[in-house]
Amino acid sequence: MTFQSQNNAVQNENGLTPHVELKNVTFSRGDRIIYDDISMSFPKGKVTAIMGPSGIGKTTLLRLIGGQLYPDSGEILVAGNNIPSLNRAQLYKVREKMSMLFQSGALFTEMSVFDNVAFPIREHTKLPEDIIRTMALLKLESVGLRGARDLMPNELSGGMARRAALARAIALDPELIMYDEPFVGQDPISMGVLVRLIRDLNHSLNLTSIVVSHDVHEVMSIADYMYIIADKRVIGHGTKEQLLQSESPLVQQFLKGQADGPVPFHFAADSLQQDLMQG
Amino acid sequence: MDKIQQLGRHTLDRFSAVGRATYLLIGALFGGRPNLVKGFPLFVKQLYVVGVLSLVIILVSGLFIGMVLALQGYTVLIDYGAEDSLGPMVSLALLRELGPVVTALLFAGRAGSALTAEIGLMKATEQLSSLEMMAVDPLRRVVAPRFWAGVVSMPLLALLFSSVGILGGHIVGVEWLGVDHGSFWSIMQASVDFKDDIMNGVIKSLVFAFVCTWIALFRGYDAVPTSEGISTATTQTVVQSSLAVLGLDFVLTALMFGN
Repeated sequence: MTFQSQNNAVQNENGLTPHVELKNVTFSRGDRIIYDDISMSFPKGKVTAIMGPSGIGKTTLLRLIGGQLYPDSGEILVAGNNIPSLNRAQLYKVREKMSMLFQSGALFTEMSVFDNVAFPIREHTKLPEDIIRTMALLKLESVGLRGARDLMPNELSGGMARRAALARAIALDPELIMYDEPFVGQDPISMGVLVRLIRDLNHSLNLTSIVVSHDVHEVMSIADYMYIIADKRVIGHGTKEQLLQSESPLVQQFLKGQADGPVPFHFAADSLQQDLMQG
Repeated sequence: MDKIQQLGRHTLDRFSAVGRATYLLIGALFGGRPNLVKGFPLFVKQLYVVGVLSLVIILVSGLFIGMVLALQGYTVLIDYGAEDSLGPMVSLALLRELGPVVTALLFAGRAGSALTAEIGLMKATEQLSSLEMMAVDPLRRVVAPRFWAGVVSMPLLALLFSSVGILGGHIVGVEWLGVDHGSFWSIMQASVDFKDDIMNGVIKSLVFAFVCTWIALFRGYDAVPTSEGISTATTQTVVQSSLAVLGLDFVLTALMFGN
């Protein structure tokens, strides 16, 4: 019921305040254009997903939003701040309000799980140690890893490492959280746990969440709004229902996982016959 | 034409690497406000990792190099009846040259390679990126404490190397080969000058420490984040540090002891 009402809310997207906005962003690496003049909007307090085939630079998009990479042109607005135009100190100020869950988890290997979660709190606040302990334990509790607090990152399974990283990412109650491929390489159970966690966190903390993924099924179950990127641009966007009804063959190919279609199965090459004859 | 293009590209790559390295150093040393309360424990930890853990290799090498010096020196000096000069010979060779240079070479192999591999791996596992995204500057948090630890520990290691080497020389020269105990020490004391010999050695060592640690940190930070990239970076650290130390040693020696 709640889910339905949220979907309705997103449908008139213009009425929602955007938390993150990309306006006419172009980005290239060397001679290769990654994004050609794309615009996107991520409303406040909602889960927005970015989907697309692997290798098209979905992670790059998150790094652009986080200010780790700079676009060639265009504006990237996070809570009204144009990221590419900020100086270092301002950028770090904005980053304190955002958080990112990396694909590998990126836990600090020389610290225990507890210290990893306490790390951002210790870095950015001057709270006494007993309050830090309470905060970190509560965050660990919310991802179900309070009992694993004394383990080192190399003693965790892949799913646990990602949950621990999630606890660290929400340690300072950010306003924006970006998930980089959260479901990759997870077994069905930890996948289900992560899906639920992302959903619950979004509800309880009113986080703006951006999920980058190519797991269509999982993303559809949590995202309020979705963008599909392919071939350097946004090929489709909308709610789950809108996308499923989309007439674009690209969108349909992606959602249904067809091998061949507008996005070719083969990497660009000469014809097979020509290639074999040359040998 | 291809060759010229390659040369040009190579040169540009080199210069841009120097630029990135300088950027790294400036960012680590001057970026943002230094926070002594948070920085000092990190520095002490790195002092342990970089300095204390290098002690064994430095002390053992120092002892043996001192012993070999005494042995070799004695066979030459005895022909001229000058075996009493064994003390100054061993001590000057160690304080002026071998202490700083061999320490730096061992440091590059022991601590430098470890720094490169550690930072390279932190980069490959996105730990550096995640620090940045947590609004914590990795240059200040990761690079700076390691840099200072290297710069502080190497001169101390070099002094320990020389001291143990002199003891090694004493063991071989006095205890074993029978050089007079009194003349070994007194002629040494008379001919070693604090400023010219000891301090110049320390200055050399400081310069090597600066260069070796800088190369190690930069190679790690600039490593291609793959297993092959990190192995290349580690090798580069050892090779470039060693060459830089030997080259700089010649220049410094010429400046300090040239005339």
